[in-house]
Amino acid sequence: MANSAVQAKHRQRLTKDDVVFNTFNYILIFLFVAVTLYPLVYVVSASISEPTKVNSGQMWLWPVGFTTIGYEKVFKDPDIWRGYANTIYYTVFGTIINLAFTLPCAYALTKRTLPFKTLINFLILFTMFFSGGLIPLYMLVNNLKLLDTVWAVVLPTAVSAYNVIITRTFMETSIPGGLEEAAEIDGCSPFGVFFRIVLPLSSPIIAVMALFYGVGHWNSYFNEMIFLSDHAKYPLQVILRELIIITQISGGDGATISNTEAKTAAEMQQLAGVIKYSVMIVSTLPIIVVYPFLQRFFVKGVMIGSIKG
Amino acid sequence: MIKSNETAPKRPLSQRFIRSLKKHWQYYILLLPALAYFLVFCYGPMYGAQIAFRNFNARGGITGSPWVGLAHFTRFFNSPYFLKLIRNTLTISLYSLVAGFPFPIILALSLNELKNQKFKKFAQTVTYAPYFISVVVMCGMLISFMSPSTGIINKAVTSLGFEPISFLTREEMFPSIYVWSGIWQGTGWGSVIYFAALSSVDPQLIEAATLDGATRWQKIWYINLPTLMPTIVIMLIMNCGNLLSVGYEKTYLLQNSLNLETSEVISTYVYKVGLVSAQYSYSTAIGLFNSVVNMLMLILVNTFSRRVSETSLW
Repeated sequence: MANSAVQAKHRQRLTKDDVVFNTFNYILIFLFVAVTLYPLVYVVSASISEPTKVNSGQMWLWPVGFTTIGYEKVFKDPDIWRGYANTIYYTVFGTIINLAFTLPCAYALTKRTLPFKTLINFLILFTMFFSGGLIPLYMLVNNLKLLDTVWAVVLPTAVSAYNVIITRTFMETSIPGGLEEAAEIDGCSPFGVFFRIVLPLSSPIIAVMALFYGVGHWNSYFNEMIFLSDHAKYPLQVILRELIIITQISGGDGATISNTEAKTAAEMQQLAGVIKYSVMIVSTLPIIVVYPFLQRFFVKGVMIGSIKG
Repeated sequence: MIKSNETAPKRPLSQRFIRSLKKHWQYYILLLPALAYFLVFCYGPMYGAQIAFRNFNARGGITGSPWVGLAHFTRFFNSPYFLKLIRNTLTISLYSLVAGFPFPIILALSLNELKNQKFKKFAQTVTYAPYFISVVVMCGMLISFMSPSTGIINKAVTSLGFEPISFLTREEMFPSIYVWSGIWQGTGWGSVIYFAALSSVDPQLIEAATLDGATRWQKIWYINLPTLMPTIVIMLIMNCGNLLSVGYEKTYLLQNSLNLETSEVISTYVYKVGLVSAQYSYSTAIGLFNSVVNMLMLILVNTFSRRVSETSLW
């Protein structure tokens, strides 16, 4: 008791070196946090501020002149709603496919005795470092008659070699081998072992994988842009690209808003800015909402991945 | 055939093979979907990439189109775009590597020294967050912030008494915009892997150093940083394998006709030549050249690293 108290006291005593170091370290971390946070706070504030105040630079951190007009416009846009529905569909369906392909494969690869295991491993790893390229992939999707279907969105990214390795590593290290053996001795088939023992014990890695894949689907735009041509099938990110990138680059800031409402061109332009900020928030909202709760899962995924380097 | 003169005589290889398959067939069923995926969607395009050596036409298809050898490659090497694309791609990726590589390491080392757990958690949550923002939103933010008329950055510039700068239409600024926004987005997430590696620092070593009177700086420099070395080397190797691949996602969104001189990279050019102007064979050749160079670079750096530091990917 007395000994540990002495130790604790010893530990708490900060040397001058510690004080200088801690001060410097806190300043450094504070800078990292501030630089990261500022653009995010700015977007949130801009989305609920008076358009004129945002565009004139009066609003630079906290909201000035509260208004929800940007959000009202966004929610009136049928394209956004449809894009949202499409994105949810692609994300849910795509993630289910991802998991259904990745988990069994990872489990089978944990079997040391599996014939051709080295070859299969190599085949999978090789895809991380070499690819046939964009055009041959496009031609393949075209030849398989998948263009403009949901399959063109979910199949070309159905499995990531990196995720297979992470999952395999998890299953190798976290599921006691004795448990599987015992089940096998009791007459359980490999299917039985996989579904009844391995899957229930893999819930942490399933969560990680669902999140990695899910966020990937949610945020992806390029494949959708080239594989889908029917506007009604566009996911949110492709709609967003039209809304916040193309209009701005072409210089026609107010292009997306119809001129039927009796407003001056200047007002339109003002409004367009706020709509853009609102749309950024709306599209990122699901991730913002779940992110703080699920962050540890994401981090866990990277950590498992780093075991194997 | 393998000769074995110990133990009982073995059955012929073919029979053993069939028995082994019988024993393992369920595992192959589990492998099947993923394996089929890799064969069709990863090796399929690799097979299709042979059109880089042919003049692809729809009637002949992949194998029936006339063989032209390296014609598309020589055309690319001789085109005025060749040097420009290589220059732009290398500029952006080297700039990213040199400017961006230290930040995640510094952040991880710094977070690791924080004693206040709550603040540490908060700092991690905040710094990891930008990674989850989509490219489209990220580029939308950049474009909005840098707008000459309404962007907040130009408000700051003009309030300091300067003329507003049209950042995105000035070609000399493109690499910096691309790289620094990438650093903003990737530093926190990049630090996770180093942060994880720091948990393997031996606490006894730290304690011994403390007893010997080592300062915090010295402990970081002589204990924590060397612990990170293998991870740093691995990350460097991976980065070198990607030196000639600047992704099209972000580049394409930030491109405009005025910054094209520095913003056109190999991947965006492949996309435009291939899918926009439908020169399948030519753009496949460019893409293939790119993949092969990346692959060679990775092998080269990996071999070098294995010789020098005994750390390598394989």
